Amino acid sequence: MSYQSRADLGGQDLRERVVPEPEGELFHAPWEPQALALTLAMGATGAWNLDMARSARETLPDYRALSYYQVWLGGLERLLIEHGLAAADEIAAGRMLHPPRPGLRVLQAVDVSGALAKGSPTQRPAATPPRFAAGQEVRTRAAVAEHHTRLPGYARGKIGRVEQIRGVHVFADANAQRLGEQPQWLYSVVFSARELWGAAAAPSHRVSIDAWEPYLEPVA
Amino acid sequence: MSHTHHPDEGGEPAETDLRVRALRTVLEQKGYVDPAALDVLIDTYETKIGPRNGARVVARAWVDAAFRKWLLEDATAAIASLGYSGRQGEHMVALENTESLHNLVVCTLCSCYPWPVLGLPPTWYKSAPYRARAVKDPRGVLADFGVTLADATEIRVWDSTAEVRYLVIPRRPARTAGMTEEQLAALVTRDSMIGTGLPRAPGGDR
Repeated sequence: MSYQSRADLGGQDLRERVVPEPEGELFHAPWEPQALALTLAMGATGAWNLDMARSARETLPDYRALSYYQVWLGGLERLLIEHGLAAADEIAAGRMLHPPRPGLRVLQAVDVSGALAKGSPTQRPAATPPRFAAGQEVRTRAAVAEHHTRLPGYARGKIGRVEQIRGVHVFADANAQRLGEQPQWLYSVVFSARELWGAAAAPSHRVSIDAWEPYLEPVA
Repeated sequence: MSHTHHPDEGGEPAETDLRVRALRTVLEQKGYVDPAALDVLIDTYETKIGPRNGARVVARAWVDAAFRKWLLEDATAAIASLGYSGRQGEHMVALENTESLHNLVVCTLCSCYPWPVLGLPPTWYKSAPYRARAVKDPRGVLADFGVTLADATEIRVWDSTAEVRYLVIPRRPARTAGMTEEQLAALVTRDSMIGTGLPRAPGGDR
């Protein structure tokens, strides 16, 4: 079956209101901070990368019915199984039934603040000059990707303008498929709302995405 | 727990609670997680990393022209100079609102958000309606937050589709000339740094 992200929501016809929330309201159930911490701690082991995690989450069959931290939880369970760190039977049983995978890097309490402050930068040294220049018109890829991608559906096959060159970054599409980092030039590309949404859109409205070079082709 | 209704919240809370406990037990028994590290992670995002960090960045930019210039040229370094860096803020870009331009940040593909300066994203930022509507109908979304902009104001929506993270620098409110940096920071709301809100007016009730 072909790859299907259920998370590509930009421009979908959803009429519901956006409900504001006070600043201090971080969690809405006691399990939510637990799901957050487990996800961050397991991410820090390096068993998978962030792009693999996003791919695992966005393809959950019931994605749209789940809350954010339920998506994280479902994604974590899936990653643990896919990477052989835990089996479905022990996740169901709630206890270890098989030996752990040895050699995993475990995030220790004393190392948390350092690990968070360091993060995981994705910028890499440039091996080639950028193909596109700031100000240049570009057309985004029209084809639907059969794998994890970060080109939103609403911005496929559209003409925009390169506004900023953001450097060379780990290519999410490759990194998510366990094909290595394959770093690519990254650009902020801006579109008029009319290009994206049609003639009825306000002329004073523009939208930009960050697009890796393989998403773009020159406009003749 | 007092249950606030969120349109995006699904499933059975009690069932999910059991599932998370079960998973934590498995991971602890396997030795993959340090329970003390889990506590530190939660405490960090509950008490240390939140939108007050970003508010200090904005207030500094309002009072210090050299810092503002640095922030607009190299936000990652300028923000790190105040002690905020790392996870989900590795590559920062600051977006300055002006009289004629209003910036709004979204992540339509998941919920990318500048954690070191804003903390964990609010529920609405992760919700389907926000992600669907922000790119297509930003004025409608702003109306949900009680914000109306002049028709002539350009609205620029930034969809965070890669690892660049955006921080909106809202316009400094009027009648704040004599205020200290700390007093100014108190006017900077989280939503104003995403673009769904404006800073508070001085002497307001919050």
